[in-house]
Amino acid sequence: MTHTQHETDPRHLLEQMLLIRAYEEAIVAGSTAGTVPGTCTSVGQEAAAVGVINALGADDLILTNHRSAGHLLARGADPGRLLAEVMGRSDGYCGGKSGSLHISVRELGVILTSTIVGAELSLAPGVALSQTMLGRPGIVVCFFGDGAACEGSFHESLNLAALWNLPILYVCENNQWQAFVHRREATSREHISDWAASYGIPAGTVDGNDVSAVLAAARDAAARVHESGRPFLLETWTYRTRGHFEPDDQSYVDPAEREAWLARDPIAMHRDRLVADGRLTTAEADALDDEVASRIAVAQGFAETSPFPDASELTRDVYA
Amino acid sequence: MTTLTLHDAVGAALTEEMRRDPRVLVFGEGVATKRHDLVQEFGARRVRNTPLAEGIIAGTAVGAAGTGLRPVIDLLFAPFLCYAMDELVNSAGKLRYVSGGQFSFPLVTLAMTGAGWGIGAQHNHNIEAWFVHSPGLKVVMPSNPEDAKGLLKAAIRDDNPVLFFLDIGLLYQPGEVATGEHVTPLGKAAVLREGGDVTLVSYGKTVHHCLQAADALAGKGIAAEVIDLRSLKPIDDTAILASVTRTGRLVVAHEANRLCGVGAEIAALVAEEAFARLKAPIVRLGGPDAPVASSYPLEQAFVPQADSIAAAAERLCTFQHA
Repeated sequence: MTHTQHETDPRHLLEQMLLIRAYEEAIVAGSTAGTVPGTCTSVGQEAAAVGVINALGADDLILTNHRSAGHLLARGADPGRLLAEVMGRSDGYCGGKSGSLHISVRELGVILTSTIVGAELSLAPGVALSQTMLGRPGIVVCFFGDGAACEGSFHESLNLAALWNLPILYVCENNQWQAFVHRREATSREHISDWAASYGIPAGTVDGNDVSAVLAAARDAAARVHESGRPFLLETWTYRTRGHFEPDDQSYVDPAEREAWLARDPIAMHRDRLVADGRLTTAEADALDDEVASRIAVAQGFAETSPFPDASELTRDVYA
Repeated sequence: MTTLTLHDAVGAALTEEMRRDPRVLVFGEGVATKRHDLVQEFGARRVRNTPLAEGIIAGTAVGAAGTGLRPVIDLLFAPFLCYAMDELVNSAGKLRYVSGGQFSFPLVTLAMTGAGWGIGAQHNHNIEAWFVHSPGLKVVMPSNPEDAKGLLKAAIRDDNPVLFFLDIGLLYQPGEVATGEHVTPLGKAAVLREGGDVTLVSYGKTVHHCLQAADALAGKGIAAEVIDLRSLKPIDDTAILASVTRTGRLVVAHEANRLCGVGAEIAALVAEEAFARLKAPIVRLGGPDAPVASSYPLEQAFVPQADSIAAAAERLCTFQHA
């Protein structure tokens, strides 16, 4: 995995966050123009994804959900093949049959992606059971949102993982919004990590917009899962700055809340810190922007010229 | 040959397949409690009780199947599958396809259903057609211990998710089972009785009602052919069409609700593919559009019985075009 050799390089974290942002902004522009289907973006949550993914080893398996671009790109997925998938093209990672919502990339260990909120939680114990029973070294990392934590599958999953000693790092990306409902209206506790104690599962909450803090917390959490063989729950406290699904005018969002979170943009915070610390010059930062922009342009060219699947694909891979 | 109940035939299939393949494991509500012999032989890691939570049992099976294990889960009664529909239908049935074939899900889900114990609508509901309608899943419902063993062995070896329904009314009925290795392929019906006048198609306990009806019809000079579907998906179109092409008459009988049941699909298949050979309309016999009552007479009235099957077949044999 390429990420392991860069994992301590803060510039690499910045570059990954910039790539995710540029990729999703390209999708938003495409969906506005009508050239790309609408998607669920993770704009504003880049640090939460990049920090956790960079704390993992190549053997670890990742279950994600419909808001997965950050996890996939940070894990090393090719933006061209991802965009081709979103556009329903044959060079997409799933041959165009997934679209944006359930992209799995088995060779990167990003597996069994479901867009049913809470399904990732129902599948994770079985993956961890395979890891332990087949003697594989990696832990299972399960990304879900505060919305999924309200599903029964969250509670059933944590109970079973604790009961069966399953090596799962549960990562709740608490982005404050459950589709069109604020988490304050939907959850009985302030933090999802509060619920873990009911199952005897250790847990913590970290500032999900601070990539360095997320990386450190995720490394610690992953190490605990590896050492104990038992679950841990890490909540990354972050914010979905765009709507639930593009296009979305976000008329239901309190502008003051959104402005406050935009002022804590994870990319700007990290970049400013690197420049202030003298670890990055403004010119180098601008060069990273340009580099990412050109990668996205190449990805768009690749995706747009990839052919649509042949009609014979319609019934392929229904059955093994 | 040896004599086993259907319940014990399931146990025999599990034992043989767990010996054959170390990736096979079984878990569910009370599995380790009820099948203590499996725990003795294979240990607590491969034979597990679970919390009473069908969704996570099924989800765990799907996750395990997608990453190298071959789980068999017991969800007890078919209506409880409603708690596991997302895991079975949206995950097991779809994640292979939406991933472009990156994963397969070799798992078997066991569930009991059917009349016989008077347990009422929330334990007895023949919902097998729901899963026939869902892509990516296979569906099996045996009518006897021999097939139960052979089909379960085939289901465990299959790389797809299989819903395996056990008819409550047959569960503790003994039957002859061949000793040694025998695997009954999925998707192959069995012709249990040959006859040239009318075809009776069924599955589960209603197969036995068809055989009784065939006996009664023979006394009236009508030769009925009885087909046991065994698998509902894949369904053995060839066997059905071959029979109806010869007899020209078809009665489909099943305990599940008639409306959009498996019988409707078979009737449509025959109407589309063998219309010119039909000598009489197709008859479907099945449960009414009602939940199953617990009261014994009402429970039994829900199920197509031998006399109604025989009467329907006799009507077809005397049918005259206007």
